[in-house]
Amino acid sequence: MTDHSETAVLASEPAPPPAHSASEIAEEELVQGSSLWKDAWSRLKKNKLAVASLVIFLLIVVACVVGPWIVPYDGQEQDLFLGATAPSAEHWFGTDTLGRDLLVRTLEGGRISLMVGLVATVVSLAIGVIYGATAGYLGGKVDSTMMRFVDLLYALPFTIFVILLMVAFGRSMWLMFVAIGCVEWLSMARIVRAGVMGLKKQEFVEAAVSLGYSHQRIILRHLIPNVLGPVIVIATLTVPAVMLLEAFLSFLGLGVQPPNASWGVLINEGQQNMEIFPWLLMFPAFFFALTLFCLNFLGDGLRDALDPKSAKD
Amino acid sequence: MLKFIGKRFLQGILVLLGIYAVTFFLVAATPGSPFSSERAISPEILAQIEAFYGYDKPASERFITSLGNILHGDFGPSAVYANRTVTEIIAESFPVSLKLGSISLGVALLLGIPAGVLAAVKKNTWLDYVPMSAAMAGICLPTFVMGPLLALVFGLIFAVLPVAGWFGPEFVILPAATLGLYYAAYFARLTRGGMLEMLNQDWVRTARAKGVPERTIVWKHCLKGGLIPAITFLGPALAGIISGSFVVETIFQVPGLGQWFVKGALNRDDFLILGLTVLFAALIVLMNLLVDIAQVALNPRLKYD
Amino acid sequence: MPLLEVKDLKTSFYTRDGVVRAVDGVSFSLDKGETLGIVGESGSGKSVTCYSLMRLIPEPPGRIDGGTAMFDGRDLLTMGQRELRKIRGKRISMIFQDPMTSLNPYLRISTQLTEALRLHYDIDKKAAVNKAIAALEEVGIPEAAKRVHNYPHEFSGGMRQRVMIAMALITEPDLLIADEPTTALDVTVQAQIMDIIKKRQEDLGTAVILITHDLGVVAGTCDKVNVMYGGRMMESGTAEQVFYNAQHPYTRSLQKTIPSLQTKGEQLYTIPGLPPDVSKPIHGCAFYPRCPYPKTGLPEGNRPDLVELNDGHCYADCRFCDSSAPIESVLSTDVPEETEAAGAAE
Repeated sequence: MTDHSETAVLASEPAPPPAHSASEIAEEELVQGSSLWKDAWSRLKKNKLAVASLVIFLLIVVACVVGPWIVPYDGQEQDLFLGATAPSAEHWFGTDTLGRDLLVRTLEGGRISLMVGLVATVVSLAIGVIYGATAGYLGGKVDSTMMRFVDLLYALPFTIFVILLMVAFGRSMWLMFVAIGCVEWLSMARIVRAGVMGLKKQEFVEAAVSLGYSHQRIILRHLIPNVLGPVIVIATLTVPAVMLLEAFLSFLGLGVQPPNASWGVLINEGQQNMEIFPWLLMFPAFFFALTLFCLNFLGDGLRDALDPKSAKD
Repeated sequence: MLKFIGKRFLQGILVLLGIYAVTFFLVAATPGSPFSSERAISPEILAQIEAFYGYDKPASERFITSLGNILHGDFGPSAVYANRTVTEIIAESFPVSLKLGSISLGVALLLGIPAGVLAAVKKNTWLDYVPMSAAMAGICLPTFVMGPLLALVFGLIFAVLPVAGWFGPEFVILPAATLGLYYAAYFARLTRGGMLEMLNQDWVRTARAKGVPERTIVWKHCLKGGLIPAITFLGPALAGIISGSFVVETIFQVPGLGQWFVKGALNRDDFLILGLTVLFAALIVLMNLLVDIAQVALNPRLKYD
Repeated sequence: MPLLEVKDLKTSFYTRDGVVRAVDGVSFSLDKGETLGIVGESGSGKSVTCYSLMRLIPEPPGRIDGGTAMFDGRDLLTMGQRELRKIRGKRISMIFQDPMTSLNPYLRISTQLTEALRLHYDIDKKAAVNKAIAALEEVGIPEAAKRVHNYPHEFSGGMRQRVMIAMALITEPDLLIADEPTTALDVTVQAQIMDIIKKRQEDLGTAVILITHDLGVVAGTCDKVNVMYGGRMMESGTAEQVFYNAQHPYTRSLQKTIPSLQTKGEQLYTIPGLPPDVSKPIHGCAFYPRCPYPKTGLPEGNRPDLVELNDGHCYADCRFCDSSAPIESVLSTDVPEETEAAGAAE
């Protein structure tokens, strides 16, 4: 993916008069950029699937954040006499084998799963953007070495490494968040690098270089704001990817540890008893799949909105 | 060509060595040893056991020894399953996983690639929308959701297929479907994208202007280039199928390598983890080598160098 | 009966942002062995005209809305796909603008050259390859027997365009459509390519439609000329009629842009303004906003009809300006400053 929309905006505008200083030119870029965001937003609004996904996803987030305080049960509170019961008026999603309310457990599991999505994505974002921007900006030998390294990592069995990390350093939730983030930054680095490579050649960056601004300032102030579009798309698509990895680890018993529960843990518990108590599998699996569905559609919609050229396909 | 393969092969060996080193020292840095969890044994016996497995020596020395052993096909003893060696476990389980994995990959390719081609050729018709929506749903239903669901539907509700064990051909169906369908979804999306890109090229117009029928345009002019994204994904797909097998073999109780790896990870069976990691990594490195060769074979603009 | 007779061709693109009338009522005819030049700026509809004849318009969003194109007594615009495929590549061939993207990078030159032959004639592979080698030699590719098995990326741009010509002419078609065949090439190569097309045309008696924005090329090679603007015909006639007795203000302005016709030392002339937006309805004359002649009224109503001046020389009779004076007298007064501010013609 490249910056078609951005260059298209540039091309249609008359060239700025040469008397402007570099920072003024850069400001003009940002002003033009805002119309890009407006365009993207109006395109996104036309994509019903993406809008529906966004709404459902936000509903899920609100439910998971607020829900556990509203539902009159505690996710840890066991009722061994009750045991597993089917969905009913008191327990909308039923209860699990230890008599815990499944609705509250599903919502609390959602909290953890969504938190993984957020934290790990932020980690991957930080690593990927810095790595990619540096490689793209410096170019030449440094760039080709750095990207060769990314290629190499792409081809490696990363899930196995996360598992090894979990084995080696105990099953701490926060460690897992970071470990997952550390393996999901490769696409981000590639996208940022491609964007930076394309933008670097444009006039406003050359202007900033000729004014003697430091590399750091050019990267932070000029380049990063301009590759934001593709980064948002990849970040949106990274969230479901990291949630998937977390759920995978938790499913195997290597991730979140009981009594804490993420959706992966709940799905694992559910599948162990699915013959007798199928709802224990159905509810967490449904919410997990729905969330992934929404995020993937939203990511695709954002990609189409921010890159009109690919939208035609 | 031979030089290219040789070079990539050497590179692969180096990568493998790197992976082994990282894995080894990661495991070695882990506090305690695989045996310390068994509290019933006295410190003297523990020390004896550790000495037996070589844990009394420094990690770097053990690394060299184990590397030499692996080159002779000896992956060491299992720390948890006391009277078995890792090599034995691999010899016993590898055929099972190989069968499951290759059938899954076959399902993924044979289903995903034709679906993607069809969707691209019939763009914006129901032949595009239906398979692509199914593919999107497939990507959102990871193996550990898909597996139990398939087991529930076909194994328990309709009761037509066995859901656990590994005793005959019918036992392959559900695990292979679980693994294969997920990656079929990926291949379908990648193939559709690749084919669409090809079909939008100027040279397709040239071919049409020559009177070439649409079918020939698809098969002769576009398929080669259109398959490149899917081929490139083979490496990650194999890695994914291997890690997917951890889940699927657990769900369907398939006695393959994946289940052993999970057991090893949960019980801190060092030699087992190390041996399996090296084996998996070797498979993936080999697949990436094949992908590299295939890419050059498909795209005349790339050269072997 | 002419080889090709196009009447009132209309092609539109139905996009989300509205209907783009890319070709709006184009007519012309062409005899065996003749060369017709279609001239216009980018977006004037000259390429779309030819893609419509070959039915190569992507549908949707494109659609041929009306008109006929009788080729040897049959209408190209309504015939079935199967029949059309028998004409494409066999009786009508096409050369495209960009030789870098018009050849398939995944297939050998030999495969691409022989494809049309093998498709339309009963010829075995070896004979076809031999014909391909001969065709490459004729367009001046050295070591053709060896290079025929190469891939396109092993050829330079000019060489690729030669391959395109060889590929188009290998079936000895009755009509060759060349869509800006030299635009993407170096100036030195341009003349060579035109010579090859001309020579092959003479050898085979092929009729040629040459699409270009380069009036100089037209003057040197064409028997007939169509001038297009905003999807419409502005003027048509023999090359002599259009060049020495241009009637329409647009044709005159275009002529004025040819550098070699301008006085040395003078600033190059460019037509002020931009080509019209054909997604909006055009009232009266499409060229009105850029017309350098003194305006005599507001453009309104339907477009001006083509009127015949004499013996096939037609032009759109613009009623909204006074085009009686020669263009030099119009331009000398107010143009220089304007050209600086506004965009170039091409």
